[in-house]
Amino acid sequence: MNYNLNHLKELESESIYVMREIASQFENPVLMFSGGKDSILLVHLAYKAFFPARIPFPLLHIDTGHNFPETLKFRDDLVEKFGAKLIVGDVQEAINNGMVVEEKGFNASRNGLQTAVLLDALEQGKFNAAIGGGRRDEEKARAKERFFSHRDEFGQWDPKNQRPELWNLFNGRHHIGEHFRIFPISNWTELDVWQYLAFEEVELPSLYFSHERKVFEREGVLLADSDFILKRPEETVFTETVRCRTIGDMTCTGVWKSDAMSVQDIIMEIATTRVTERGGRTDDKRSETSMEDRKKQGYF
Amino acid sequence: MIASTNVNSELLRFTTAGSVDDGKSTLIGRLLYDSKSIYQDQYDAVKAASERRGEEGVNLALLTDGLRAEREQGITIDVAYRYFSTPKRKFIIADTPGHIQYTRNMVTGASTANVALILIDARNGVVEQTRRHAIIASLLQIPHIVVCINKMDLVDYSQEAYDAIQEQFELFAAKLDVVDVHFIPISALVGDNVVHRSKKTEWYNGPTLMYYLENVHIASDHNFIDVRFPIQYVIRPYTDEHHDYRGYAGRVAGGVIKKGDEVMLLPSGFTTRIAQIDGPRGEIEEAFPPESVTILLEDKFDLSRGDMIVRENNKPDVIQDVEVMLVWFDQTKSIQLRGKYALMHTTRSARCIVKEIRYKLNINTLHRDLEDKDIQMNDVARVVLRTTIPLFADAYRKNRITGSLILIDEGTNNTVGAGMII
Ligand SMILES: Nc1nc2c(ncn2[C@@H]2O[C@H](COP(=O)(O)OP(=O)(O)O)[C@@H](O)[C@H]2O)c(=O)[nH]1
Repeated sequence: MNYNLNHLKELESESIYVMREIASQFENPVLMFSGGKDSILLVHLAYKAFFPARIPFPLLHIDTGHNFPETLKFRDDLVEKFGAKLIVGDVQEAINNGMVVEEKGFNASRNGLQTAVLLDALEQGKFNAAIGGGRRDEEKARAKERFFSHRDEFGQWDPKNQRPELWNLFNGRHHIGEHFRIFPISNWTELDVWQYLAFEEVELPSLYFSHERKVFEREGVLLADSDFILKRPEETVFTETVRCRTIGDMTCTGVWKSDAMSVQDIIMEIATTRVTERGGRTDDKRSETSMEDRKKQGYF
Repeated sequence: MIASTNVNSELLRFTTAGSVDDGKSTLIGRLLYDSKSIYQDQYDAVKAASERRGEEGVNLALLTDGLRAEREQGITIDVAYRYFSTPKRKFIIADTPGHIQYTRNMVTGASTANVALILIDARNGVVEQTRRHAIIASLLQIPHIVVCINKMDLVDYSQEAYDAIQEQFELFAAKLDVVDVHFIPISALVGDNVVHRSKKTEWYNGPTLMYYLENVHIASDHNFIDVRFPIQYVIRPYTDEHHDYRGYAGRVAGGVIKKGDEVMLLPSGFTTRIAQIDGPRGEIEEAFPPESVTILLEDKFDLSRGDMIVRENNKPDVIQDVEVMLVWFDQTKSIQLRGKYALMHTTRSARCIVKEIRYKLNINTLHRDLEDKDIQMNDVARVVLRTTIPLFADAYRKNRITGSLILIDEGTNNTVGAGMII
């Protein structure tokens, strides 16, 4: 017998350990569900961590009102399948009641508003641990993120003042009013995620697979055409065979020309691809350090 | 980028350390670049940044450059994690700064590493930082050390220079608790012996750094002998279907646990058998480190988080006076003799009091200072703790999981110390 785990099983084991640590150390955790593959993976791992009991915390979805319709359907099916509890934070409602103000113009996005609604939902629910699908390989600013990331009472992240994390001892002690962001899949890369989803035959939203869609081009990125996004006169709509590499708000999630019909196709595509998955997100392009700035404000 | 799509590769974690300007960032950039783990947009961004800074060529060091504060200061100040893979292995690099006041980061990165990569500038040889890194690698019991003698291009690829540094290092390492040390002459800038063999070092017959990382034997870095299963979480579904299910969830910290095995429960000392082991894909026959599983016992006992499943003839030490090598992290306060701290050890939480400070260890010289007991940030000391409840512990040398603990300031909740049990 060879007592050796392959890298996917080792990552899985680490993530399950973190899930159980969260349930042990926090009275009121919540899993931030975006609808993308990373949060689908999180739900999947949480299910495994507590089986045959139910996932002992609810899922929180911040609905920007600008979702791909497929995302909401998929979310509801998933919640039902795992018998999980779902909480929805509604950005449209926050706009309507004046809590936040809608951005205007061609690059208007509800990303910033999402943060305010998220922080509000965490406060309303008195959640002291928000579980996210952030991975350290995604972006430079995330490379230093801890598994257990401490936030002050304003939900802010201080990159200079993080608790050292040694061995598998995670210090989740906190004062009242403070909370943690916790990232169980910190050590997974995009390729690991896909390989694992393939290995486990996890069901995924159809948006990830090649389909025909009306799109237009902006700053070298293809965007899905929708009523939520204001087009410039010169931006013309055409039909293209595409897929999403990340799933987020329709206004800022780029789509890719792709013929990938299966997870295996996607794996081959990623393995030979030349651009990071965040390369297709217009929100990251605003400045070189935009992710870091948003994180300090309390972004996912 | 052409990344590996092999799903059966092993995971290797390594830490990098070197003094500022030894070429650590360049080396990591080189590993990522030569292993084709860099995406075009990342490369373009770095190229543009290099041009903006008026540098000639593409500065690979910028690939690993993280937070804005660092960009301003031009140095790395915290642990950053990087990922790359080859068909054989997936690698996690804990990139830790060589800055003098950041021993704490080095210790953090070292705590989970299989391999320590120590960088030496061929022009400077072994310096204070090198000694410090080697001592930390030895304190934290990183199983393998690879010493890269860098900037060989600046010493004309001289074998004499290389041999002299190797000898210097070995002389000093003889005093340390390190078993597996390997030396490689490289140039991170040019790429010699990093991924590709160099023609300029014909006198060197060993592997390239990449070959070493891909092949160093790590399968036995875990302890597969002494059964240790700290209970992390109790699973009780309370559903009709699983009415009597009482599963003890946790991650195997040592040994191989098999269905049917006779086991002992701590602290009670009762014995029973393993009735069932649930893995992530259903029932399994046996479990080993570092698997996360759920164990069901034949007899009904009421165990809770912090208890441990072991074998009757192979128990950990059950102790309340705990002797540790402690690395201190707190910026604001030194260790308080008789001071009280919260403590985490495996899945067990306790409180403790610092009973005695035996000596301060000079981590540049290994000198034991019995007089100076003011232990400040980044100091290492041998201390005795008295815990409120017994710990189920092993010597750190024997098991890095059951042999390690952290101390927490009860006022700020910050992690202020890391201890290796002696
Ligand atoms: N000639 C030469 N220069 C190197 C080599 N490796 C790094 N450097 C240079 O040494 C300087 C410091 O390197 P850097 O990677 O930033 O060092 P760090 O502070 O350890 O991360 C830079 O100017 C590098 O270009 C090498 O192998 N040969």
